[in-house]
Amino acid sequence: MSAIDISGVSKRYGSIAVLHDITLAVASREFVVLVGPSGCGKSTLLRMIAGLEEVSAGEIRIGGRLVNDLPPKARDIAMVFQSYALYPHMSVADNMAYSLRLRRTSKQGIETAINAAATKLGLGSLLGRKPGALSGGQRQRVAMGRAIVRRPKAFLFDEPLSNLDARLREHMRAEIKKLHLELGATSIYVTHDQIEAMTLADRIVAMNGGYVQQVGSPLELYDRPANLFVAGFIGSPAMNMFPALLSRRESRPALVHPGFALSLDRDPPLAQGAALTVGIRPEHIVLGAGAVQGVVNLVEPTGLGTIAHLTLAGAEFKAFSLARLPLTIGASVPMDLPAHRLHLFDANGIRVG
Amino acid sequence: MRRPRRILYWSSHYLLICLYVLFALFPLFWLIKVALTPNDLLYSEGIRLWPSRASLEHFRFVLTHSEFPLFFRNSLIVSSSTAVSVTLISGACGYGLSRFRFRGRPLIVALMLITQMFPLVMLVAPMFRLLAPLGLTNSLTGLVIVYSAFNSPFATFLMQSFFDAIPKELEEAAMIDGATRFGAFRRIILPLTLPGIAATGGFVFSAAWSELLFALMLNSSSRASTFPVGLLSFVSKFSVDFGQMMAAGVLALIPACLFFLLIQRYLVRGLTAGAVKG
Repeated sequence: MSAIDISGVSKRYGSIAVLHDITLAVASREFVVLVGPSGCGKSTLLRMIAGLEEVSAGEIRIGGRLVNDLPPKARDIAMVFQSYALYPHMSVADNMAYSLRLRRTSKQGIETAINAAATKLGLGSLLGRKPGALSGGQRQRVAMGRAIVRRPKAFLFDEPLSNLDARLREHMRAEIKKLHLELGATSIYVTHDQIEAMTLADRIVAMNGGYVQQVGSPLELYDRPANLFVAGFIGSPAMNMFPALLSRRESRPALVHPGFALSLDRDPPLAQGAALTVGIRPEHIVLGAGAVQGVVNLVEPTGLGTIAHLTLAGAEFKAFSLARLPLTIGASVPMDLPAHRLHLFDANGIRVG
Repeated sequence: MRRPRRILYWSSHYLLICLYVLFALFPLFWLIKVALTPNDLLYSEGIRLWPSRASLEHFRFVLTHSEFPLFFRNSLIVSSSTAVSVTLISGACGYGLSRFRFRGRPLIVALMLITQMFPLVMLVAPMFRLLAPLGLTNSLTGLVIVYSAFNSPFATFLMQSFFDAIPKELEEAAMIDGATRFGAFRRIILPLTLPGIAATGGFVFSAAWSELLFALMLNSSSRASTFPVGLLSFVSKFSVDFGQMMAAGVLALIPACLFFLLIQRYLVRGLTAGAVKG
């Protein structure tokens, strides 16, 4: 297994820049997830690591070796595609054996590797079938099998679960995590699904508009999002945001919104009267107690808990509570926005404090 | 749908298909019928569906006393060579157009399209002037070159659509698996486009097999004539030898039929591949 180093990498198509000066070090055996909305450049970055796209500027190293100008076959990496990209004219066994045959592995070596992978992925009875005769989940497994038989330096995943239905996706997500714990392979995984990113990653790279927005462990991104983009992208239901002004009456910092004021537990390094965006996660809003009164617009019971849509002084809020609250639409309910749960972002959308 | 209505639906369905097949096959039937009718009955029993006496005398004459076997051989050489060369050229071009974005690509596509816009008659004279000094008139090679030139653009568009129907990821997966681009083409893409290649080959073969205009204008000696030109030799100043002409026509069907029989297992898949998401 090898580390992957990306330094100062950019990608341009003619005059259009899609990736700007990306630097990222993936440690050996690490599971890194690139996450972001579609068009953020995450797949392009992955394809550049694979050698399917040219690098416009910067360097990519796999296991210390500069691979910028190496063709994909010389990089010794495996990739799982969103469409699986199974060879339709080959059986499952041949699909998995293809890379080994190209490497002139002995017949016996191929058989051992395929059987091991098939056992691991539960494909034993399907080896003779063609991909066309498999279900989506089975195809996904074959695509995984094709990647693992070879013991490559690194695995690349390009939205491998996007074509599966929700239940199967959840199942395969766990399978991938299990597989990673077993094989300990360096992996880079691209997804637009923040739940996949949170559950799978050792480290998440949140991307938007061709820039890296934040790199960190899933909980770091969740607890301390570096900017408004990450704050809004990670977490479901999404973080509540509202504008407020910073005030320091009697030197006690507080947030002032036209309809309410909140005292702060810290003093952000900003001038008096500075405009802020304040964020609070739905699960951190306390309902049933507190200084302010919200009006209930909608109640969504999820079984696990309740999502309440509220209006507070013209601002929309979603609150999530594990309790099954007896809320009535149109009624007022006291709510509390605890000071230590508030995320503050300055006028440029960058986290403060 | 209720039962009687369904029966009505399907029987009219089959009736229409049968009518069409009858309509399409009737000339073919007439060809065979005339070829088998002895000369003395040809005019007396002209409109009967089947002659009172059938014979193979026209076939015997055509095979032994005419130059038809030579024409036949020439046609076979020209059509097969054209089919092979066009398939290779259009396969390579179609792959290039399907997979790569390069400078001048729109211009090349436009030029290829333009070549398809001229009536062939317009080009006979310039073509003759071009080929004569090169010694390529009265030559099978000349015909192969002309046919290849005229068929390649359309065949290229056809092949491109077949390559377009194959996801790019398959090649990318193969290249990551350790294949070169050419290796990925040969081991993954080629087997998958075989139906398309067969369809293109069949199309070009039959186009070359039945081409008359250039074969007639460029080659005047019978040594280098193809069979459509040969068929014309049964038309003389004062009479047309219908029996022999039809017998030759029937013989000319054989290679085309054999060729399509050979490729037909790919053909249906080929012509519909890419039409729907598979």
